Amino acid sequence: MPQRSPRAVPDPANDEAFKRELIGLIPHLRAFARTLAGDPASADDLAQDAMMKAWDARASFEMGTNMKAWTFMILRNQFYSEKRRAWRQTQLDQEAAERTLIAVDDPEAPVALDELRLGLGMLPAEQREALILVGAGGFAYEEAAAICGCAVGTVKSRVSRARKALQAILEDGAYQRDGGSAGDAMSAILADAERLSTGE
Amino acid sequence: MIEQSVQRRRGEAALDEARLRQQAIGVKLRQMFDEVVSEPVPDEFIEILRRADRRSGDG
Repeated sequence: MPQRSPRAVPDPANDEAFKRELIGLIPHLRAFARTLAGDPASADDLAQDAMMKAWDARASFEMGTNMKAWTFMILRNQFYSEKRRAWRQTQLDQEAAERTLIAVDDPEAPVALDELRLGLGMLPAEQREALILVGAGGFAYEEAAAICGCAVGTVKSRVSRARKALQAILEDGAYQRDGGSAGDAMSAILADAERLSTGE
Repeated sequence: MIEQSVQRRRGEAALDEARLRQQAIGVKLRQMFDEVVSEPVPDEFIEILRRADRRSGDG
């Protein structure tokens, strides 16, 4: 009797293990959603939708494989399919969408972080995504490639281009800052990073 | 000869500097991400999941 799914029959013990692991991933899903969606509230909506999609699809997940990468892939697909739908509905122009991708509305945010967010916002979406997955999410190139549905070499070159572009943006102060002077973001970041690494 | 080694040293220093800058950006990137990861998860998330779990238990 061939079985296509290992869990065609509901398995409470497996569901419980799945749920526990999924709950542990919620903070990471929220963080990833925050880098995609325009504001924290819609980011949480996105993270919740992704969490429920993952729960509904739990029968197709193989326990023991990388659930973090699997849920990130679900979240990313969810984001882009919603975005496509939104485009159809409102004819939103791409430029406006890009501008709202990274929310900068926290006045308490440290200056260097703020400028890093602005700099990230200026990168092409696919470069920003690759850099965030590898540089902040802790994914290997292979995992990031699986999440984005592209070749490993593509991820590598996107990350490398993103790094160079971001550094140039931060050094030139090319990001837009309302009224304020562009300042020396790169030296603020260097000082901050040094403080973080020695303070720990 | 001396000229060349001076140039090489300058090149290496520039490379070190570039590496340092990339590392610093990496540290800030992780900090930005970890800031959200360390936020407390809104109760809503767990509540939604619990409701769904109960539904699948009944069905």
